[in-house]
This record gives sequence, structure tokens and C-alpha cells, in this order.
Amino acid sequence: MSKRIGMEVSIAAAEAVALCRIDVAAVYPITPSTHIAEHLSSIVSDGKLDAEFITVESEHSAMSGIMGASAAGARAFTATGSQGVMYMHEMLPVASAMRLPVVMAIGNRAVSGPLNILNDHGDIMMERDTGWISLFAQNGQEVIDMIIQAFRIAEHKDVMLPVNVNIDGFILTHMVEAMDMPDQDEIDRFLPPFVPYATLHPDRPVSMGTFAGNDIYTEISKSKDAALINAKKTILQIWKEWEKLFGRKYEPIESYRADDAEILLLTMGSMGETAEMAIDALRAKGMSVGLLKFKLWRPFPFDELKKAVKGAKILTVIDRAISYGGPGGPLGIEVRSALYDESSRPAIFNYIIGLGGRDVTPEDFMTILKSSASQAKKKAMKERYVIYGVRES
Amino acid sequence: MVNRKWPETWQEVNPGCMVFEPGSASEYHTGTWRSQKPVWNNEKCIKCGICYIFCPEGCIHEGADGYFSADMDYCKGCGICAHECWPAAISMVEEG
Ligand code: SF4
Ligand code: SF4
Repeated sequence: MSKRIGMEVSIAAAEAVALCRIDVAAVYPITPSTHIAEHLSSIVSDGKLDAEFITVESEHSAMSGIMGASAAGARAFTATGSQGVMYMHEMLPVASAMRLPVVMAIGNRAVSGPLNILNDHGDIMMERDTGWISLFAQNGQEVIDMIIQAFRIAEHKDVMLPVNVNIDGFILTHMVEAMDMPDQDEIDRFLPPFVPYATLHPDRPVSMGTFAGNDIYTEISKSKDAALINAKKTILQIWKEWEKLFGRKYEPIESYRADDAEILLLTMGSMGETAEMAIDALRAKGMSVGLLKFKLWRPFPFDELKKAVKGAKILTVIDRAISYGGPGGPLGIEVRSALYDESSRPAIFNYIIGLGGRDVTPEDFMTILKSSASQAKKKAMKERYVIYGVRES
Repeated sequence: MVNRKWPETWQEVNPGCMVFEPGSASEYHTGTWRSQKPVWNNEKCIKCGICYIFCPEGCIHEGADGYFSADMDYCKGCGICAHECWPAAISMVEEG
């Protein structure tokens, strides 16, 4: 039986990792993910979890360390954020190319410069193309659930890919919430021991991470792309199973009061719960608004997106990151591209909000929704994207 | 999942491109990269074995007579042997 707990989300995240009976963790602590590493390290040093906790000298080594452990057959985990993810960058596409099912929790934080330790999605968006499965949690419960699901998804024989779980820095990592913590028996049934596809062992020689020239690199890239796209099937199955076991439903795009809505708001991560309040307030005033929340960023849920926006007149996409000099925020860019070939599609507006930890309130979403509605009436969005709330002289 | 050394199509690529055959790198003939080849002048050779040690392909072997030669299936023509040979017994010659 699950236990109702009240604790900081980072602590709960570490407890969830321990429930997964990891063999190895290699972490270099960095704000705002530090508490995950700290608590996990205590769990190991208190003897409550039989695992190696490697204190590495850098995030590059943290990622390399868990990749090596995974290649040797260990269930391995790390946590980081911002500069830490960027320092790992070189190893991230190698982990996915080698099909190593490691799991990483990211306490999402703005990247330097200027130096900033607060939340936005700039860090993960820079790692978008590294071939990882990427999940976004909107509250503490989803952090616990997604970390456990992540190991099951990653290690599934039809997937074999690394997974990152995105947890908004401070807004989620440092929030004290009421959550259900599954018990060990339940997780042992849900997550059987890791059976690797191949391991590094002298008795059964295997080469991993080999060289590939121009005669085969294209085929390897295609197979990696196909593996990621194909992973969605298994993710959906595992989420169904989770719902049956724990009663909590997971979908690539969760909708809130969106079925008949003319105007849709699309968010990622913890903004989802804030946005619900804006939707309720505007619905109370008779505005036909609804909310979509992106939970599965990679593989990109094309079918679910098309279905979710059907019938809507306006789609307002909220990004917490920016592609400098590009066509907007990463989510806005991809949603526009995904819907471009549809014969009928909503007018798309893209707002960038909450950079470097600036507060995002229900009122902000209400302002944005009203503004997109009035711009749509005039049949044009003034700019491709708007950096919301920026002070101008 | 096909376990073959040379996947033709993307569907045949092993997950993670793992290679289960030990020593299969020997099937890749780096000799095709070569534009120059090392030519030994054994009159200058003092049989020190430096070329054998430095060859990055490990393709130089000592013959029964104690002199050295390269396996041209693997010699990629890098010229390191010629550069390292201090009596200058090896010269790099353009492939014809
Ligand atoms: S390095 Fe030169 S001298 Fe020494 S063994 Fe090789 S060819 Fe002979
Ligand atoms: S040219 Fe390079 S590869 Fe060829 S034998 Fe000399 S050192 Fe070896």
C-alpha cells in the first residue's frame, strides 16, 4: 500500500530512486537538484540501499560513470541541471547511441550567462536533440511516478534508451507537497530487476561504442531515430499499467477542460497547475478556454497533439525557453511545425514566459489568453512570438 | 535483431551498434585509405624495431630474417614508421 507523505519533492525523488533499487549513482551536486543527490547519498550511506554512490569531480564524469555502470549491467541514475546538463552534453548522445537505459533527474534551471540559479527550461531544450526520452513533471506526485516509470521505460527491451525527468527548479524541487509514495513491494512488482541486452564481461566479449564511418553512420542514425519514435508505444503501455496499479493517469498530452474549448493554452512542467487556475477563472467568466499540458517531449507526440487541438480556433503555446534569433520558443516552433500540414489548424500564438525564474501567475495566463483572443479576432499576431512581461522603454 | 558484422540496412543495425564478435576490427581494411606506402631499405635498417612499436595500425611485423615489413591490407600510409626510423631506412612512396 502506498503511504501518504508530506515532504520536499527532491527528497521524495531520492526516495523514489531508492525504491527502484538502483545499483549505481554518480552525481555532481548542482543547484537546484542538489537535495536529490544529498538525500540519495544519505540513503546509501545509511545502508538502506545497496548501491555505489560515486562522488565524481564533474557532471561529464557523472554521466560517463553511470554509462559505464549501465554497460556493465547496473541500474544507474544521476541528477543535475543547467550548467551540469551542459557539461554532460558531450556524453548525452553517446548514452542514447549506445542504448544505455540510464535515468537522469533534471532540476530545470536557466543557463549562464548571466549566472542565474532559478527555473526555466533553457537547459533541457539545449539537449533536445541528444536522443533521450524526455518527460516533464507538473507536481511532486508526477516526479515520484515518472522517476519510477523512467527506469521501466528505459530498460524495456523494445526501448533501451536513456530517460530524463524534468523537474522545475525550486518551483518543484524545493516544494513541500503531499504525495503518495508507493511501497517497495508494489515497485518490485512493477519494476523487475534490470536485464541488460548485453554487458561488458570478459567471459562474453562485446564491443560497445564502436567507430562508424560514412558507410554506416546514416543507417545508425536512422535506427536511433526509429528507436525513439517506436518507444512511444511502450511508454503508453507502461503508463496504462501504472494507471491500473496506482490509479494515476499519464498521457503524452494531458487536457484540462479542453474538450469543447475554442481557445487552448499549451504548457509544460509545473506551469500546468498554475494555468488550471487561469482556465477556471476565465471559464467562470464564460470564455471558452481549455488547457493542454505536454508531458512527453521526446518522442514528440504528433498524433496526440493533432487530436488535442482538433476543433480549437486558437492555440497559445507557452515556452519557458527561447531559441535566440530563431522562430520562437522550442515548444512553439515544434507545435507550429507539427501542425503545418494539417488542412485545418488553430491560429498559433507563442509566448515566452518565466525566464530565469521570473514568477508565472494565473493572471499572466489570463492576460495572455485574452490577448491571443483579441489578436486572432484582428486576424494577425503582431510578432512570431512575444517575450511576455519584458520591460520596455 | 541481426548479429552481423556489416549491417546493410538500418533495420539490421544492432541496438547500440554492439559488436559481439571479438577482434572484428581486423575485417576492416584500413589499407584502402592509403595514398603513400612505406618502402623499406634493409641496407640501412639496424633491426631496432622502432617502426614496429610506433605503427598505429599494429601492421608491421618482423620477418624470419629480423627485418620488418608492413601488411598492406592495414597499412594506412600515415608515414609514422618512416618519420620514427632514425637511420631513415623507410621512405614513403606515392601509390601508383
Ligand atoms: S625503425 Fe628503421 S631501423 Fe628500426 S627496425 Fe624499423 S626500419 Fe629498421
Ligand atoms: S605508414 Fe603508418 S600504417 Fe603504414 S606501416 Fe608505416 S606506421 Fe604503419
